[in-house]
Amino acid sequence: MSITVFFVAIISSMLINNVILLRFLGICPFLGVSKKTETAVGMSAAVMFVMVVASIVTYLLYYYVLEPNGITYISTIAFILIIASLVQLVEIFLKRVSKKLYKSLGIYLPLITTNCAILGVAEIIIANNYPSDYGVLQGLYVAATTAFGTALGFALVIFAFSSIRERLDSADVPEAWKGAPISLVIAGIMALAFLGLGGIV
Amino acid sequence: MAKGSKKKEMSRLANLTKGFFKENPIFVFLLGMCPALAVTSTVETGLGMGLLVIIVLTMSNTVISLIKNFIPEQVKIPSFIVIIATFVTMIEMVTQAFAPALYEALGIFLPLIVVNCLILGRAEAYASKNGPINSAIDGFGMGLGFTMALMLIGFTREVLATGAVGYGVYLPLGVEGSIINIDSYILAMDVFVGPAGGFIVIGLWLALFQAFSNRKERIKADTRKRWIEEKKREAAERKRKKAMKEAGEAS
Repeated sequence: MSITVFFVAIISSMLINNVILLRFLGICPFLGVSKKTETAVGMSAAVMFVMVVASIVTYLLYYYVLEPNGITYISTIAFILIIASLVQLVEIFLKRVSKKLYKSLGIYLPLITTNCAILGVAEIIIANNYPSDYGVLQGLYVAATTAFGTALGFALVIFAFSSIRERLDSADVPEAWKGAPISLVIAGIMALAFLGLGGIV
Repeated sequence: MAKGSKKKEMSRLANLTKGFFKENPIFVFLLGMCPALAVTSTVETGLGMGLLVIIVLTMSNTVISLIKNFIPEQVKIPSFIVIIATFVTMIEMVTQAFAPALYEALGIFLPLIVVNCLILGRAEAYASKNGPINSAIDGFGMGLGFTMALMLIGFTREVLATGAVGYGVYLPLGVEGSIINIDSYILAMDVFVGPAGGFIVIGLWLALFQAFSNRKERIKADTRKRWIEEKKREAAERKRKKAMKEAGEAS
């Protein structure tokens, strides 16, 4: 197992299969908290932490508990429970460490639970079936790297998008296009740009 | 008695239809955008997703409104999610058994119905405050509105990308093998099947909806302004008449 595997995992999950623009996961926070760069960064940090930890825990749960016992059909329920409790943990942690960040993220922090990106990445990792290529333990490293790369891609896009939106505030946008419509069209153009990255790896 | 029951029925009808336009989950509240972008490259997948969401939303709303009094406030959201996840798992197994093609087409977005903001949103905003029958109606109506929006987006994308209007029916417009073929120039735009097309099409529809609601509001504001001017004019008239009368009396 060489270092290339990890490099490929990060590049492909961050740029080629970008979680927001090409996989359509996590659109709600993408549109919701991207009005200011500051909240976008805070949200990305929270998502990054929850995503990596949730992927590791769900991976271990799937291959050490659910699969040996033949109860993989309850994986969705088990995964969402783990994610919900992790989010609670992050919320308590943020409340202690940074009151300001906690206030600015506001209602979006509990919404990480219903952020499709977190559950989606957990499901994608299971669907990719890493143990068949690398074995269960080494597969865990690849899974964690993939989750980290995905979170990086999320952060990259949400940061770029929030910067665009901040500039858009001073732009002369037609009445009917103000707010969500113009943002979605911008996202579409960004998705076109990201399509061009296909085929790097 | 009869009047009361009719009134109740009317409110139920309004409850059912409010999700179609006035409170449409996608076009007005921007809820459930992920499936709206991901599974709407054709009308069929949009319809399939919509039907599954209708079933899950109706059942979860009913159950949540039935047991809402037994759930402590602190664990409300987690218990809602577990209830929704249970129904999604059931639906997932049924789809895999009876509609394998749909199961393949939806892929990862089938288990992801669990985190569809629309379902948790309705559970939180409606089912946890109202009775089971009203909640079921609300879930069904909202699900229908969601399905209609998905089909609208899917229809637009499919027409622009392939010239088909669903189920292999093609419009006779510059598509290969169609009736009118303008110098074998193909008008189909592949980009609309891809991710970028999804964003742009939803953006266009949102702009259209926003333009309509802006126009409505402008008309409302205009009528109100005119009404106020009318009142002002009437008051001035009255004042003038009164002054004339006083002047007449004085002379």
